[in-house]
Amino acid sequence: MAVTSTSKQLVALNINGDAYELAISPTHTLLEVLREDARLTGTKHGCEQGECGLCTILLDGRPQFSCLTLAIEAQGSEIRTVEGLARGGELHPLQQAFGETGASQCGYCSPGMLMSAQALLERNPSPSRNEIKEALAGNLCRCTGYLAIIDAVELAAARMRSAA
Amino acid sequence: MAVTTEPRQAPAQGTVVVGGSDPKIDAHAKATGQTVYADDIHLPRMLIGRLLRSPHRHGMILNIDVSRASALPGVHGVLTGADLPIRYGIMPVAQDEHALALEKVRYHGEPVAAVAAIDEETAEEALRLIEVEYQELAPVSSIEDAMKPDLPLIDGEGTGRQVNRLGTLEFGDVAGGFERADRTYEDLFFFEGNTHLPMEEHAAVAQWEPEPRGRLTVWSSTQVPHYLHRTLAKVLELAPGRIRVIATPVGGGFGGKSDPFSHEVCAARLAMVTGRPVKFTLTREEVFYAHRGRHPVLMRVRTGWGEDGTLTAMAFRTMLDGGAFGSYGPASMYYTGALQTVTYDVPTYKFEGVRVLTNKPPCGPKRGHGTPQPRFALECHLDKVAADLGIDPVDIRLRNLIEPYSMSINHMRITTCGLRECIELVDAASGWREKRGKLPYGRGVGVAVGSYLCGAGLPIYFNDMSQSEVQIKVDRGGGVTVYSMAIDIGQGSDHMLVTVVAEVLGLRPRDIALVTADTDLTPIDLGSYSSRVTFMAGNAAVQAAERMRDKVFAAVSADLGVPIEKLVARDGRIFDGDDPQVGMGWPAAVAVASVLQPPLLTAGAYKAPKLAGPYKGAGVGPSPAYSYTASVVELECDPETGVVDVERVWIAHDIGKAINRVSVEGQIVGSVYMALGEALFEEQAFRRGYLKNPSILEYRSPTFLEMPEVETFLVETDDPEGPFGAKEVGQGPLLPVIPAVANAIYDAVGVRVDEVPISPDKVVKALQQKAQGKEPRVGPKTMPEFDYGEPIKVDPPDQLQFGEVVAP
Repeated sequence: MAVTSTSKQLVALNINGDAYELAISPTHTLLEVLREDARLTGTKHGCEQGECGLCTILLDGRPQFSCLTLAIEAQGSEIRTVEGLARGGELHPLQQAFGETGASQCGYCSPGMLMSAQALLERNPSPSRNEIKEALAGNLCRCTGYLAIIDAVELAAARMRSAA
Repeated sequence: MAVTTEPRQAPAQGTVVVGGSDPKIDAHAKATGQTVYADDIHLPRMLIGRLLRSPHRHGMILNIDVSRASALPGVHGVLTGADLPIRYGIMPVAQDEHALALEKVRYHGEPVAAVAAIDEETAEEALRLIEVEYQELAPVSSIEDAMKPDLPLIDGEGTGRQVNRLGTLEFGDVAGGFERADRTYEDLFFFEGNTHLPMEEHAAVAQWEPEPRGRLTVWSSTQVPHYLHRTLAKVLELAPGRIRVIATPVGGGFGGKSDPFSHEVCAARLAMVTGRPVKFTLTREEVFYAHRGRHPVLMRVRTGWGEDGTLTAMAFRTMLDGGAFGSYGPASMYYTGALQTVTYDVPTYKFEGVRVLTNKPPCGPKRGHGTPQPRFALECHLDKVAADLGIDPVDIRLRNLIEPYSMSINHMRITTCGLRECIELVDAASGWREKRGKLPYGRGVGVAVGSYLCGAGLPIYFNDMSQSEVQIKVDRGGGVTVYSMAIDIGQGSDHMLVTVVAEVLGLRPRDIALVTADTDLTPIDLGSYSSRVTFMAGNAAVQAAERMRDKVFAAVSADLGVPIEKLVARDGRIFDGDDPQVGMGWPAAVAVASVLQPPLLTAGAYKAPKLAGPYKGAGVGPSPAYSYTASVVELECDPETGVVDVERVWIAHDIGKAINRVSVEGQIVGSVYMALGEALFEEQAFRRGYLKNPSILEYRSPTFLEMPEVETFLVETDDPEGPFGAKEVGQGPLLPVIPAVANAIYDAVGVRVDEVPISPDKVVKALQQKAQGKEPRVGPKTMPEFDYGEPIKVDPPDQLQFGEVVAP
């Protein structure tokens, strides 16, 4: 038994449409709870200070740094992570496009990047390259030089428009 | 939008999947969150490990008391330096590290103690309860400090200069070369240190299976599972056969995960001590202390020239700030002098290099390892020489290019070299001739070139064994599995392996299963460093696949009565090339081969030809092939603020042959990005030996908003020794971009910033000096006095000893 642990609290979280009931430390961030309690390790971390964008998830459709969000705050909200992007066995158009343009190299920024991109496309189905850059500027990537990610978002947006 | 010289979907001539653009086989796992990185591993009963780090830059450890930490409920293990007394280091000549500091600390952030506890909070609390008594020593914070004779030695007793590695080499008659020159030029440059900043923080998990089997398993985000395996065996005094290292998919490396690290050793020892799995994940701040990034290098370049712009001699002097340990430093030092000669025909050449120790996080290999710094210096120097001689910067380079299939003065064997074509492509595409010197004030273009290894010709520890081996197993149902210790760090090695095997067997990349980077399951590959994997593991994979194809062909030939030499493997079938109707599908062919040619197991191996020249230090630089790159950068530089906005980059790369075009272009654009960060913002900045900016916010790197459009051009020279003709692309394209930025700033506003990063304050300072009629330049003015000693004199190479490769 760890001496420093505060007593745990039961929280109900809606993650990708699934209802989770978890006993968590109230000081833990949504990032920690997603990864360590819900074992949804698709969401990554790179700083835990809100500087890199890796841990981006959607909270009621809005992109949010899960490292700066307490898990208890997320009760009553719809939480969406990279694991909830594909529909059944079918890849989301963004995931498909990421593969085609080479938008994932090491892949570590991809989950957060995809969630920021998804939030963008939900509010703006036809973003310009500059709008994509601005929307994703809070997500860092060290591998790709970003251009393949912009290409992927454009490609996915075009496909989603024509499918809509 | 990246563009290429050929349509994206066009496969290379004569190949079906090699040269294509299909998505990487690991792309969808990465885009769905399925990929399991080291920190994603969770094992039953797993403990969390944390490191206590030194608050001092330099000091003696007088006493460590861990009793309170050990007594804390929830703490299961505590280690100090005394528990891991065996020294290690990535290079045999630099075994100077302890997993935890023993007796003294060498830098602020050095690991001093380790704990394993039930959770992170308890582990953190335990660190606070460890009491360490230090006696501080005077810190050594810079190259200048390291050259002082009266500071305490970082490695050793007493005081003195902190010389870690020294090399002095002379090739041909350098004095004669300078005598023949009509003009001689000399410049000083400084390249500030910077770091990899991989998005994934280093992590490792260890598990111990108790005696009598006594087996250790370590999962780690490492680029070098083989060297980690060796290190663990040495430090833990375990037979290598009892250790299994599994490299997990690496979330960005760039050279920063190429050393064995404290947290890996501590995870292993704590798992053995506690009998429970232990996981360490570094915080972002700790990643800055683990470092092993770009060395700060002070450089002097002297060259002699004929009036016609022909190089007669070059003397290159470097001083590297190595930080607190050896790491790859002995190689890094020689790399600052090794590759100047593989782009230009340098008729006589002298290199003097010294690496010093300082009380800072250790430096090591970052993308380009030891060569971006001298490449920056050389390419900026050439720009100045060209201006003085009245020659276009493109033309001075074209006039002095090394020839394909030649030996450089320092015994580097050049095979294919498409540098001339690369330069001509970016010259034409960028509109160089209409722009250079002709754009409005504040706007400019710059050019530079570079070259990089396709794998270090020699392994890190000298041996005559294979540098890469690959096995292939074909299941009775037709499934093909490839086994290789190569680790994908995002560079695309997984996809490269399945693509070359699929090409040989006539299958699709997605048909091939892959097992990688596991010392129990996969045959040797030395690791993902020195841009070696495509060339070395790729060749081994091709050989293994050809041997498997031969088995299947032999069986099909016997079954169908078609001569082996007529058989073709393509589109999932084996058939008679003269009569494609006669043949069978791959699964049927495998069924026949399972009867006639069992077992369906093959292997291939690669070892680079013997390439090292006849001198000490010749082990650094030789490679079975060199990639070549040329780049033009166009930018705007605001003369009021000094802010530089890079607008467009044209870059042409001699790839030999693209195995996958999307992956190759991705490496090029990624290299451009990293180069722009280094050129303009990124620096591992210190104040009195304390790192000023150990966070992502303070260590500024480019975002989407700073990244310009890039036009890429692939030059395919079809290297005779590369797999399907391929060469490297992971590192070379970074090299020319940094000096091209500096040269473009000169074209834009007429000042020289001979120091990276070229931050706005330096541009403004140079412009102010220019306005005051002073030297329009910011950069180092002197180098500390240092005696490099008498050079080892090396005769020019004998062209007859060129080696096995004959020009086509």
